[in-house]
Amino acid sequence: MNPALIAGIVAGAVMSGTSLLYATLGEIVGERAGIVNLGLEGIMLIGAAIGFAATALTGSPYLGIAAAAIAGAAANLIFAYVVVSRRANQLAAGLSLMFFGIGLSALIGRPFVGALISGLPRLSVPGLAPGGIGARLLSYDSLVYLALPTALLTWWLIFRTRWGLSLRTVGESPAAAFAAGLSPELVRYQALAFAGLLGGIAGAHMSIALTLTWAEGMTAGRGFIAIALVIFAKWNPLWAIAGALLFGGAEGLQLQLQAAGADVSPFIMNMTPYLLTLLVLILWGWRRQSAAPAALGRTFVGVE
Amino acid sequence: MRLDGAILSNCAARAKTFALVAVIALGVFATLLVAAGKDPLKAYADTLLYVFGNAYGFSELLVRMIPLLLTAVAAALPARIGLINVGAEGQLYMGAWLATAGALAFRDQPAFVLLPLLTVFGFVGGGLWALISGVLRALRLVNETISTLLLNYVAPLIVSYFIFGPWRSPESSSYPQSPAFVEAARLPTFFHSRVHLGLVYALASLILYSLAMTRTRIGLDMRAIGGNPEAARRLGIPIFRFILIVMFIAGGVAGLAGMAEVAAIQGRLVSEVSPGYGFIGFLVSWLAGTSASGIVIMSFLFALISSVGDILQITQGVPFAVVNILIAVILFIVLGRQPVGRSAR
Repeated sequence: MNPALIAGIVAGAVMSGTSLLYATLGEIVGERAGIVNLGLEGIMLIGAAIGFAATALTGSPYLGIAAAAIAGAAANLIFAYVVVSRRANQLAAGLSLMFFGIGLSALIGRPFVGALISGLPRLSVPGLAPGGIGARLLSYDSLVYLALPTALLTWWLIFRTRWGLSLRTVGESPAAAFAAGLSPELVRYQALAFAGLLGGIAGAHMSIALTLTWAEGMTAGRGFIAIALVIFAKWNPLWAIAGALLFGGAEGLQLQLQAAGADVSPFIMNMTPYLLTLLVLILWGWRRQSAAPAALGRTFVGVE
Repeated sequence: MRLDGAILSNCAARAKTFALVAVIALGVFATLLVAAGKDPLKAYADTLLYVFGNAYGFSELLVRMIPLLLTAVAAALPARIGLINVGAEGQLYMGAWLATAGALAFRDQPAFVLLPLLTVFGFVGGGLWALISGVLRALRLVNETISTLLLNYVAPLIVSYFIFGPWRSPESSSYPQSPAFVEAARLPTFFHSRVHLGLVYALASLILYSLAMTRTRIGLDMRAIGGNPEAARRLGIPIFRFILIVMFIAGGVAGLAGMAEVAAIQGRLVSEVSPGYGFIGFLVSWLAGTSASGIVIMSFLFALISSVGDILQITQGVPFAVVNILIAVILFIVLGRQPVGRSAR
């Protein structure tokens, strides 16, 4: 393999891994509070559509990202109300959120199909020859550069702060958290708002920085891959970085093969992320080490 | 007499709740459409006029109910042993795929050979696809919820690979699709409409499902597993085997829906066999509490809601997917209405 091809794969891995990383980090925080959110796919779609629409209307990709983050958090708060306050089934509520996202993003995105945006500007490391391998490897948008600090910040938040301790307590045993004077409801609302924020940004990165277009259903199951990545990452933000790079790498490799004119059907190649996810889950299942929060997916009925 | 009164008042209370949910959901959806510059009231009126205005419109509602009934059974059956099959969409595609393979390979056979053959192929296609998740779950490797969700994205890619590649019809160069099925491979239709044999399959599946759950030893065992897997295991019920068989049958029923879509409606394999019937079927089953009669009622309602999506797309240029908002709002209200403190399965 020549260096240019490898540089292309690495750059592709970083670009498509970024949106997966944001989504996975958000889902980790939510699941650490004991809530499985199958609606992540819908949140990402809403983020992608609103982010794109806001960018097209205002001309500023940064406003687009802000709008996507706020919309993602707002949509996740609807979910939070249903599963936390109304104690509904998390899987059914998550799928409802997915449907909501598919529908809302289609409605919002429709007028912007084919719209042109300038996209998130790429910031190059100064001093590299333009067009060279160095420039290809180190020329990303600001969300890419912020992804790693966000992962570290999320790790610090979960494992090194008082709020993170409450979060983990609520995820392991809401009853114990309640007995210790915490409000499981409040912590779960906060966790889901944070998850929605990151999920919205993840979707916006796809439409504003990666494809520069809006297409119905453009996230194509990445929300579910992110949910699987949470299991891969063992609910740890630092492992999520490795997972996102691995899956981004699969996609980067696929794009480079296609660009190089490899004689493999694009449909077969498009299956790779899903099959790779399944394979990873099988391998993880084999080792039978689950690091899942103990109260994950359970409805906390309250202590009376 | 007292009993009759109680049943009547119960029905009245249900109808009232139901009407309230419908009014709120339709109101929220209408508000969003108005905000997007569309005319929701016209869309609602057009839908009612189209569906109930003449026999053909109503028959189209039945046509749309068929895949919903079948995919709802595909979700309800595993739910009885505590499995969450969210993969009916992918199973539907694989049923359509294998049925197409059968229709293309045995195209010179008469209808009395082809129709049973297509049925078996459709069933096996969906069944084997679901069995992947069943095996992974039975071996306690991967949770079936996540594996069925992931496989939903793989199945349409397999279908696309075949219609863009080996099965691509030479006659249609612009729009990729398989060659048309021979007449003998087309499911019979009734009453001069598009209502097809799939309706019989759907009703038979529902009746068999209902009878099996309430009248047989198998149903009793299944309810035991669903109620308390540990107790069922100690009773000597072969849970491992049940998981595999139930997932295979459930996938098979969803596969029948896919087979019927290609063999009756499309007449060939196309890239979009279903606009998400599998997902809606899951919600139908969930809202119906996996009861057979509930599935019929909910399928009817969701078929009606899908018609709103069709009308919006045809008359006002709104993407069909927008109707998902209406589905989601209804679900949110139903989920939010459940008495706090009791979680629904």
